Amino acid sequence: MSDHDYTPKSKVGKWFNDRLPLLSLANHLTDYPTPKNLNYWWTFGGILTFCLITQIVTGLTLAMHYIAHADMAFESVEHIMRDVNYGWLIRYIHANGASMFFLAVYIHIFRSLFYGSYKSPREVIWIIGIIIYLLMMAAAFMGYVLPWGQMSFWGATVITNLFSAIPLVGEGIVTWLWGGYSVDNPTLTRFFTLHYLLPFLILGLVVLHIWALHVPGNNNPVGIDIKKPSKDTVPFHPYIVIKDGFALLMFMIVFAFFVFYTPNILGHADNYIEADPLVTPAHIVPEWYLLPFYAILRSVPDKLMGVVAMLSAILILAALPWLDTSKIRSAVFRPLYKQFYWILVADVLILGYVGAMPAEGLYLLIARVATAYYFIHFLIILPVLGFKEKTIPLPLSITEPVLGGSPMASAVKKKESLN
Amino acid sequence: MLFVIAVFNANSAEKAELLKTDWSFKGLFGKFDRGSLQRGYQVYTEVCSSCHSMKYVSYRNLAEPGGPEFTEEQVKAIAVNFEVVDGPNSDGEMFTRPAKLSDKFVMPYENVKAAQAANGGAYPPDMSVLAKARSGGVDYIYSLLLGYENPPSGVTLDEGVYYNRYMYGNNIKMSQPLSDGLVEYSDGTVASEEQMAKDVTTFLMWAAEPHLEARHKMGFKAILYLIILTILVYFSMKKIWSRIESEV
Repeated sequence: MSDHDYTPKSKVGKWFNDRLPLLSLANHLTDYPTPKNLNYWWTFGGILTFCLITQIVTGLTLAMHYIAHADMAFESVEHIMRDVNYGWLIRYIHANGASMFFLAVYIHIFRSLFYGSYKSPREVIWIIGIIIYLLMMAAAFMGYVLPWGQMSFWGATVITNLFSAIPLVGEGIVTWLWGGYSVDNPTLTRFFTLHYLLPFLILGLVVLHIWALHVPGNNNPVGIDIKKPSKDTVPFHPYIVIKDGFALLMFMIVFAFFVFYTPNILGHADNYIEADPLVTPAHIVPEWYLLPFYAILRSVPDKLMGVVAMLSAILILAALPWLDTSKIRSAVFRPLYKQFYWILVADVLILGYVGAMPAEGLYLLIARVATAYYFIHFLIILPVLGFKEKTIPLPLSITEPVLGGSPMASAVKKKESLN
Repeated sequence: MLFVIAVFNANSAEKAELLKTDWSFKGLFGKFDRGSLQRGYQVYTEVCSSCHSMKYVSYRNLAEPGGPEFTEEQVKAIAVNFEVVDGPNSDGEMFTRPAKLSDKFVMPYENVKAAQAANGGAYPPDMSVLAKARSGGVDYIYSLLLGYENPPSGVTLDEGVYYNRYMYGNNIKMSQPLSDGLVEYSDGTVASEEQMAKDVTTFLMWAAEPHLEARHKMGFKAILYLIILTILVYFSMKKIWSRIESEV
C-alpha cells in the first residue's frame, strides 16, 4: 500500500492510526484507483466475496444444529429443515450458495482467461486464485458429504478411493483418510471439521488475493497498463462500489430464484435417501461444478493416470502465465486467441455434459477427445500462438477507445460491445 | 441369459413418460390444496402407513399452517389412536401410552429388518422425504401409483413381484396399493384411483417440504424487494457515473 501519506483529520484518529494504520487502509480501499473501463465481467470479484461471507454465515448457523454422526446426521438435517426456525431457508441458501459460488468463480476465471489477467505482473494473484479454487472444491466436496445421503456416502467413497491409485502406499492412505476400512463415522467427523476449517483458509487467501491485486492494480478490458491515478481511473468508492453493488443485486435475484423456487434442482434426488453402505446408487455423479474434471478422470482407462490427468487439468492452470507466450493481454486484440478461447469454453461445457452421462460408447469417445483438446489448448496452442499470431495494434490509452476518438478506437469499442 | 440382457436393455431404453397432473403447489404462488392434503393424509393412514413409516413428521405438524391444517382437537383425536413406547418409568419399566401432538408418526415396524422380514426382503421406504428422493418427484410417485399393469408377453415375474410401467426395471415388490373406492372420503369426493393417487402424492409433497408455502410467499416478497432495489441502485449508479466521461 503506497498511500502512507494519508493523515486522519481528528486527533484521536491520528493517534490511533499512528499505532495501527486501519484508517490508512480504509482510505486506501476507498480511494483505490480503478480503471474506469471495467465491464460487468469484473464485478464477479465482489460477488465472490459476498458468496464466501454468505456461506460462512449460513454455515455457522447450520453447524449450531447439525450433528456430525453417521447415525444422526441425516436426521439432524431434517430437523433443520422442519423444526429450526427458518432452518429450511438457511440450509437452502447454503446448499444453493455453493452452486452460486462456483457459477461466479467460473465466470471470474474465464474472464481472467479472456482478458489475460493472469499475465505479468499479476501471476501471483492468479496462482493464489487457483489455490482458492482448489480449496473451494475440497470444501464443497466435504460439505456435500455432511447430509449423509446416498450421494454423500457414495461420492465420498468414489473420491477417497482415488487415492488408492497411488502405487504402494495408496491403500494405506485411503484407510488413513477414512479412519477405518470404509467411509464411516470417523470419515464424517473429520470431513465436518475440515469443512468448517477450509472457508477460513479461503478467507485468508482472499485477503492475499486482494492485497496482491492492489499492488499492480486491476487489469482492464483493453489490457494495457494505465497510469494510476489518472484520467483513466476512478476511485473505488463510489464508482466501483455502486457498480459492483448493482451487479451483486442482479446476481442475488438469480440466487433467490433458486433458493425459493427450485431449491433442489441442482442437487441429486438420491441425497434425500439416507446413506446405506449396502445399496449402491445406479449412477454416482458429483455436483455439477465438478463434472468437467470427473469426465477427464473417467476418460483415461488407467486409474492412476486418470487421477494424474484430473489433477493436471487443474494444476496446469497455475502454469498458465508461462504457457501463454503472448505479451498482449486482452483477447480483444488477439483475433486467433479469441477463437480458441471460445473453443475452450465449449470444450469445458462438453466435458461437463459427458461427465454427467454414463462413461460408455459415444459419451466416452467425446470425453476422450474433449480431454485431449483441453490439454492441447494449454500445452500446444497457447505457447505457439504467442509467436505466430498477428495481433491488432493496441491503443495508447483506455480513454481513447472509451471516448471513441480515432477510427481504430471506435472499432475496438464495437468489438468490445460484441463480447 | 442373453434374453435377460435384451429385456433389461429394452426396459432401460424405453423410459416411460411420466403421467402429468395439475399440482396446485407448483409455480410462483403455488399452495397446497387443503382438502387434498386432508384426504391424502387419510389415504396415507389407511393404506400406506401399514408398511411405510414417516418418521420425521410429528402429529403436531398436521395442525400447523401450510399443512393439512386439521384443528388441534382433530389432531389430538388422531394421535390417541396410536400407541408409543415410552419410559422407563420410576420402576424402570418401559410402558405404552397414547401418542401426543409432540410425538413423531408411529412406525409400522420396529426397525428396518422387521420391515424387510414382513415384506419379502424389500424395505418399504420411509415416506418423510420420499417426494424429494426420487427423480421425477411427485410426477414419478403419481405415475408409479397408477402404473400397475399386466406384464408384457414373454416376461415372467417372480412370486411377490409385480409389473409397473414406471418402476426402474419394471419389477416392484409392492402390490398395487390403490383401487377405486378403497377409502371413503368424508368430504364426499369420489375416491377414484386417480383422485387417491393425487391426494396422497400431494400429502407426500407436504411431508417432504412442510414449509413450501412459506417459502413461496417469502420468495415472492424477497425477489420483488430485490428487483425494486436493483432498479433504484441502477439509477443511482447512472447518476454517479454521469460525473465522469465513461459508460457504465
